[in-house]
Amino acid sequence: MPDSNTNILAVGVGGQGIILASEILTYALMNAGYDVKKSEVHGMSQRGGSVNTHIRFGKKVYSPVIKEREVDILFAFEQLEALRYFGFLKPGAMVILNNHTVNPPSVSLGIDEYPGDVPQTIKKRFPNFHLVNGLDLALKIGNSRTANIVLLGVLSKYIKVEENSWIDAISKVFPEKLININIEAFRLGRKEG
Amino acid sequence: MKELLSGNEAIARGAYECGVTVATGYPGTPSTEILENIVKYEGVYAEWSPNEKVALDVAAGASFGGARVLVAMKHVGINVAADPLFTLSYTGVKGGLVIITADDPELHSSQNEQDNRNYAKFAKIPMLEPSDSQEAKEFVKIAFEISEKYDTPVFLRTTTRISHSKSIVEIHEPKRSPISLELVKNPAKLVMLPANARKRHPIVEERLRQLKTFADEFSENKVEINNANFGIITSGVSYQYAKEVFPDYSYLKLGLIYPLPEKLIKEFAGKVKKLYVVEELDPYIEEQIKAMGIKIAGKDIFPICGEFNPSIVENAISPSSKQHMKEEVSLKLPPRPPNMCPGCGYRGIFYVFNKLKLFVAGDIGCYTLGFLPPLSAIDTCVSMGGSIGHAMGLDKALGDEAIGKVIAVIGDSTFLHSGITSLLDIVYNRGSSTVVILDNQTTAMTGRQEHPGTGLTLKGETAKKVDLIELCKGLGVEHVRTVDPFDLTSVEETVKEEIFRKEPSVIISQAPCVLLKSQRVKPSKPFMVFNEKCNGCKACIKLGCPAIEWKNIKDVSKTDKLTSDNKKRKGIAIIDSMLCNGCGLCQQLCKFEAIGEINA
Ligand SMILES: Cc1ncc(C[n+]2csc(CCOP(=O)(O)OP(=O)(O)O)c2C)c(N)n1
Repeated sequence: MPDSNTNILAVGVGGQGIILASEILTYALMNAGYDVKKSEVHGMSQRGGSVNTHIRFGKKVYSPVIKEREVDILFAFEQLEALRYFGFLKPGAMVILNNHTVNPPSVSLGIDEYPGDVPQTIKKRFPNFHLVNGLDLALKIGNSRTANIVLLGVLSKYIKVEENSWIDAISKVFPEKLININIEAFRLGRKEG
Repeated sequence: MKELLSGNEAIARGAYECGVTVATGYPGTPSTEILENIVKYEGVYAEWSPNEKVALDVAAGASFGGARVLVAMKHVGINVAADPLFTLSYTGVKGGLVIITADDPELHSSQNEQDNRNYAKFAKIPMLEPSDSQEAKEFVKIAFEISEKYDTPVFLRTTTRISHSKSIVEIHEPKRSPISLELVKNPAKLVMLPANARKRHPIVEERLRQLKTFADEFSENKVEINNANFGIITSGVSYQYAKEVFPDYSYLKLGLIYPLPEKLIKEFAGKVKKLYVVEELDPYIEEQIKAMGIKIAGKDIFPICGEFNPSIVENAISPSSKQHMKEEVSLKLPPRPPNMCPGCGYRGIFYVFNKLKLFVAGDIGCYTLGFLPPLSAIDTCVSMGGSIGHAMGLDKALGDEAIGKVIAVIGDSTFLHSGITSLLDIVYNRGSSTVVILDNQTTAMTGRQEHPGTGLTLKGETAKKVDLIELCKGLGVEHVRTVDPFDLTSVEETVKEEIFRKEPSVIISQAPCVLLKSQRVKPSKPFMVFNEKCNGCKACIKLGCPAIEWKNIKDVSKTDKLTSDNKKRKGIAIIDSMLCNGCGLCQQLCKFEAIGEINA
């Protein structure tokens, strides 16, 4: 195990399943024998507000929150939210972006404009960039609600954790009847993303 | 066995492992999950009390009977419970009594960021502060031992980053409490009238002296001597931040933050060259250390406001290290504040308040989001239950000037928490305010907890449900009416009638929270905009519904610049059918019959 820790920042909009996906990620890391900490702020953020979750793992983790400019992987569920956290990324960080937009209120009201071509902006600064059509993939297996787990599957390709640790984590978090569909979603992301 | 637990889950587990049989509290971020988890353990009675003072009173009673009791609340909850708190310091306990205060530096979801460590000193009650979930669990057990050994309530203080961070915890089997349950009369200790209480005060002072000695020997006040040039005194999550950026400095990590270990601090100070105290919010530890005559750096280099993170700690102690300035993306990004859900029963009420240009004395709950544009209809928000008093005060101060202009709005859980007595004040003192109670059948803001008006307990058992109408009538309010908040005309008429009435009145808005999972809510069919009829007037946009968006005509493909009856338009409204839950408010506002049910 390397001495330095890995820092993942998961961001998006309340209701996108970020908290659940982060929970599974954290369990998988624990299953794989890492020390791991996860920090999130819930409360107000549930009502469609912007959400962020810090996940840190390695040999020994102290702070539950990531230092500015120390994010190794930005795991973004929504375009605008990905931009919002630019300042936290390490130079050379990897960005996994769900190709999805949710308008904030000022945009719906016609006051602000949604920023144009976000994937391009990100790619220019962070060439290690992966754009994923989470919803399309989720619809392939017939359940739009599994988009978060498809995305987690994509992320899993870049983390040194065996597949069975992931499967155990998914099985722990979901109720019996949702386990299989989510394992399917995870595998799809891991294969195609 | 290892488990991944949040600080809150770990506290619940710790309580279970050391034989807690009674747990009370009132919801409040970031403390809520403690009771939600403890109730799942067998053999624990746990309740949502109507408010924090009641929670502490019930806890005190259970402790007097010999039970180990846990009480949990957010930082401002302690203000509500402060009255019994200070005197319980005098009575002491029989079964251990541990009070969790969950502070919220940075005000992630609170009305202030008060530092409740001050309560420990103020009420002369010992306080522990864990720095991760493992400690949270262990410190609960230690807290019970201290409580029983020193005959005192004990605080366990968390902050949001401890409550809501998950880390790995070693799980153990539960043990029974060592204290026996029995009814024992002990007036000298439990009846705090002056003659008795006067005798208890010196006992409190003696207890503090003993606790100070204990603090110097307490194994969770830990010294780590590394690089002797720099020493950091800290506790809680601040320890983790400091350790992250300065792993080889020397540390005195305090597990017990009241009373402080004076001897240990002096020894540590003697072993290092330059001394820092790293603590969020007030200079609480700093001032006490300075009073010991020790030179230490603290709030001269650290902020008082907001929470810390590793970068803040690093920059304060060695500003030269690396200037981590948060880089702003060149374009300014639109903010994404939380919003009322699509189909929320509150939207219509606040739409009407806005339309009537009322001064809205507000309260705390999801409805505080009515503050945001375009509804912009909350004008005060100070404390739970405050709204009703604000309206009364405004009426009394302004007299006729306020008639027809002021209204109070309060949620059902908040009304039952601390609104009842204020309504009584309006009745008693010849007020004439109108109070709108938003009855959504849950405590929505904190994640949908039961309360005395929902008909269920924390455990999920059926319970007697308070009748809000009869309650208000019983207080002496003669004009109590109900409205369906999805009927805008009726809401507007009812509000207009009541605000001009020169007597107290209550309007109860009845609509369950749309997030309630039970059969209580069935979403209707989603609505849609009939593209050709919409003339882009933005009337529906004034609802601030997340499902409705206004788009410039040039950004909408295959859409004519003219409506079907040849009117010019700049844009059109679009309803997202995935988000819409068919409440129908927007349809009521559309003058062009451009909104209707899908497949209608
Ligand atoms: C003294 C105090 N206790 C608890 C809280 C946390 N809190 C904020 S709003 C709220 C309850 C809101 O419930 P309700 O009045 O029913 O409104 P809703 O959120 O359902 O709209 C609570 C418990 C607080 N802010 N202050």
